Amino acid sequence: MIKTQLAMMKILYPVAVFLLLVHATQSWALTPEQKLNLATGDNDSRITALGKVSESGDVSAIAYLQSLDDDAIKFKGNQLFLVGDSVTDAITGKSVTLPDDAEDVVNNNQMRSELDATIAALKLFSKDPKVRLESAKALIGTDPSEGRLTLIKRVEKTETDEAVKATLAQVSASIEINSPNKDTRMAAVAKLKEGANPNNKEILASRLEGDGEKDPEVRLAIQAALNSIESQMAVYDKIGQAFTGLSLGSILLLAALGLAVTYGLMGVINMAHGEMMMIGAYATYLAQTFFQRFLPGYFDWYLLLAVPFAFVVTAAIGIVIERLVLRHLYGRPLETLLATWGVSLILMQLVRTVFGAQNVEVENPVWMSGGVQLAANLILPNNRICIIAFAIAVLIMMWLLITKTRLGLFIRAVTQNRGMASCTGVNTSKVDAMAFGLGSGIAGLAGVALSQIGNVGPALGQSYIVDSFMVVVLGGVGQLAGAVYAALGLGIVSKFLEGIAGAVLAKIFVLVIIIVFIQKRPQGLFAFKGRSLD
Amino acid sequence: MNFKSISGLYDSRSWTYLGIAVAFLCLIFPAMNLLTPVDSLFHISDYTVALSGKILCYAIVALAIDLVWGYTGILSLGHGLFFAIGGYAFGMYLMRQIGLDGSYHSNLPDFMVFLDWKAYPWYWKFTDHLWYALFLVVAVPGVLAFIFGFFAFRSRIKGVYFSIITQAMTYAFMLLFFRNETGFGGNNGFTDFKRLMGYSITTPHMRLFLFVLTCVTLISLLIVSRAIVNSKFGRVLTAIRDAESRVMFSGYNPLHYKLAIWTFSAMVCGIAGALYVPQVGIINPSEMSPSNSIEIAIWAAVGGRGTLIGPLLGAGIVNGLKSYFTEAFPEYWLYFLGLLFILSTLYLPKGVVGLINQLKEKKLIKMDPANKLEEVK
Repeated sequence: MIKTQLAMMKILYPVAVFLLLVHATQSWALTPEQKLNLATGDNDSRITALGKVSESGDVSAIAYLQSLDDDAIKFKGNQLFLVGDSVTDAITGKSVTLPDDAEDVVNNNQMRSELDATIAALKLFSKDPKVRLESAKALIGTDPSEGRLTLIKRVEKTETDEAVKATLAQVSASIEINSPNKDTRMAAVAKLKEGANPNNKEILASRLEGDGEKDPEVRLAIQAALNSIESQMAVYDKIGQAFTGLSLGSILLLAALGLAVTYGLMGVINMAHGEMMMIGAYATYLAQTFFQRFLPGYFDWYLLLAVPFAFVVTAAIGIVIERLVLRHLYGRPLETLLATWGVSLILMQLVRTVFGAQNVEVENPVWMSGGVQLAANLILPNNRICIIAFAIAVLIMMWLLITKTRLGLFIRAVTQNRGMASCTGVNTSKVDAMAFGLGSGIAGLAGVALSQIGNVGPALGQSYIVDSFMVVVLGGVGQLAGAVYAALGLGIVSKFLEGIAGAVLAKIFVLVIIIVFIQKRPQGLFAFKGRSLD
Repeated sequence: MNFKSISGLYDSRSWTYLGIAVAFLCLIFPAMNLLTPVDSLFHISDYTVALSGKILCYAIVALAIDLVWGYTGILSLGHGLFFAIGGYAFGMYLMRQIGLDGSYHSNLPDFMVFLDWKAYPWYWKFTDHLWYALFLVVAVPGVLAFIFGFFAFRSRIKGVYFSIITQAMTYAFMLLFFRNETGFGGNNGFTDFKRLMGYSITTPHMRLFLFVLTCVTLISLLIVSRAIVNSKFGRVLTAIRDAESRVMFSGYNPLHYKLAIWTFSAMVCGIAGALYVPQVGIINPSEMSPSNSIEIAIWAAVGGRGTLIGPLLGAGIVNGLKSYFTEAFPEYWLYFLGLLFILSTLYLPKGVVGLINQLKEKKLIKMDPANKLEEVK
């Protein structure tokens, strides 16, 4: 413990000192003359002055440059004023009163980008690798300047952090590609080729445009580099699509798992299933509000409460519905469909009455926001990763429940042969209620997952209901494996189609594909082999 | 198909009731709208005429769903699609009738001008002819239903499976029609109609004409449907509903019967849609939403499936209540509709008509002298 603390201190101490240097002290290291040159005169002379600052690598100049960039400097004759909460003389640091006829320092776009680039370049000396990486990234694609190039090269040699070093190599390459020396240019192209990101692509492409690059050999090399970058990016795009497909598939799986249980068991379609998901999402909202109000310190862990809470609430509602409505409709699946539709209307309106028709806000916990960046154009959002993991966890729990527990045994028995199960002493009506509660509870869990990626409103369930039915229809009845394959297949196929044809057409295609598929296998992917008719 | 003679379809008492209903709707109702002063007790407002016309269109749809659900046991959750397609087909004609009176004074409908289209797409061809439009009204839903039904029934998809797939079908079409590129006005659909057959569409006379036309269509379709279900063909349909396998084993192919009634039902829906659009003055993709189609099923359930007259009553009751509720207590309408779904399936398996019959039977039992004798003992 103490050791790590010491190590932390070792790292943090220089950073703190550095920050103090930047923010608290006035920039004594710049001579008054330099300061004047930076603030006044024409653009060219100011840029030359900036170049000199870059070359010197004078870290203490950052504060002054930053105030220039923030338009906080005014001047009158040879006097410079730093205008903040109070007015100080920018050269001596003494507080003064601002003369009425002091003029603003005007920065045009070119000047401003030069300022930004110089500040970024100077921040490369920061002890914090994060700051260094940030500023290295900011430098990509900036206009070349000899002063900055020397500085970047110098930093690159001493840089220890791999990510920063790679980015710096890219930065210097993006500047060197405009060098008059052919070999330098070739080397720069080779370097740029390594990083497959849109930035490098743009730098290379713009070099090809107009009369940027004249040497045929270099042009050829640039073209080859562009092709390689494009194909790499296409691969990442495909991976990204597959990932979003996987994440959609896992949501569909969560939505369809519960439906598959109730449909497989009782042969009834629960049209209120989507509303169970909606209630699960609202349960998450309640858990979140509870933590915000009473346990704000533990807010990041509200999902630990939300998951069981949503399950219990929706399962209870499911059991009540089964007892009050479905119980009386066994053997009449079409009527059940209509009755559960009625239930869904009531639940939706109930939520509207209680929580209002507007969407409510559910915040992600901190550990769920952000993402894992695998490439410039491939970021895997954390919340999607979590949902995939959650779906897998729910699937495993469900599998265990169905195959390893007594309730699971009963559920399987009743699914396969209701009459025989009843004869051997299984209380089928109780099993029905439990199974319906289980299916609804899983819908509630799906609602928890949905609340983390989309809007939570009374109509939440409606948008998923058709899709989840499709999963059940496609997967076949009473089979977990069918639901899994169908959900993942549907998710990935529809995401890829979306990439080609747009969201709406993709959805239509998917529905058409399903309808055609049903022609070939009317009982879905995994049909129960039985001898019963009707 | 061997139909019985028309007079044999109903007994003489039912014919009388039907005659009275027709006379009331086609003669007295319009007269009460046109000839009575506005403040009279017997006056029927233009609003009521429009509302009743709309409900009569719904009744036609309910009749269509009864043929497939009540008699053949196929619950369609996609009949709203056929209704809307009929409406769109006739809407195309109405859009062409606007002529140059649109807000852009162009030959094309406003939404096409807005999309910067220069000419009508191919499927709009000839839609400026009334007869062709009327042909489309029945042909497009018919062909669509035939193709869909052929594939579905051939692979023996039935029960809730079929219902879910029809729901997916109407959902897919709704998404398709929401797109502007489809060429049917996207979100907004068709509206701002001006003329029908050259006459202004907003006059009270036109409204009454459409009302009477709807009424006549409804009654004719009712009689035709009655003829169908009373024929041998209709008996086979009922047999399919009750025991499809046994029908198959007796040498019938259910595919042909189901396909025929399914396609006919879709065409009837198309006609209803075509009558609906000029009276309501708008058609847009939300008519195709799955929830609309499910509501159609509840009309039939409330009235009484398999009775033909029941679904007509059901459409009237549910929609009448709807227009009352949405005006008086808008927040409670969905609660009420939801309860209606639940209670009618739980407690009224035969609908209102079944309830009336039940009461009648009880009365008969009470009046039976044999029962009286029992009571005395």
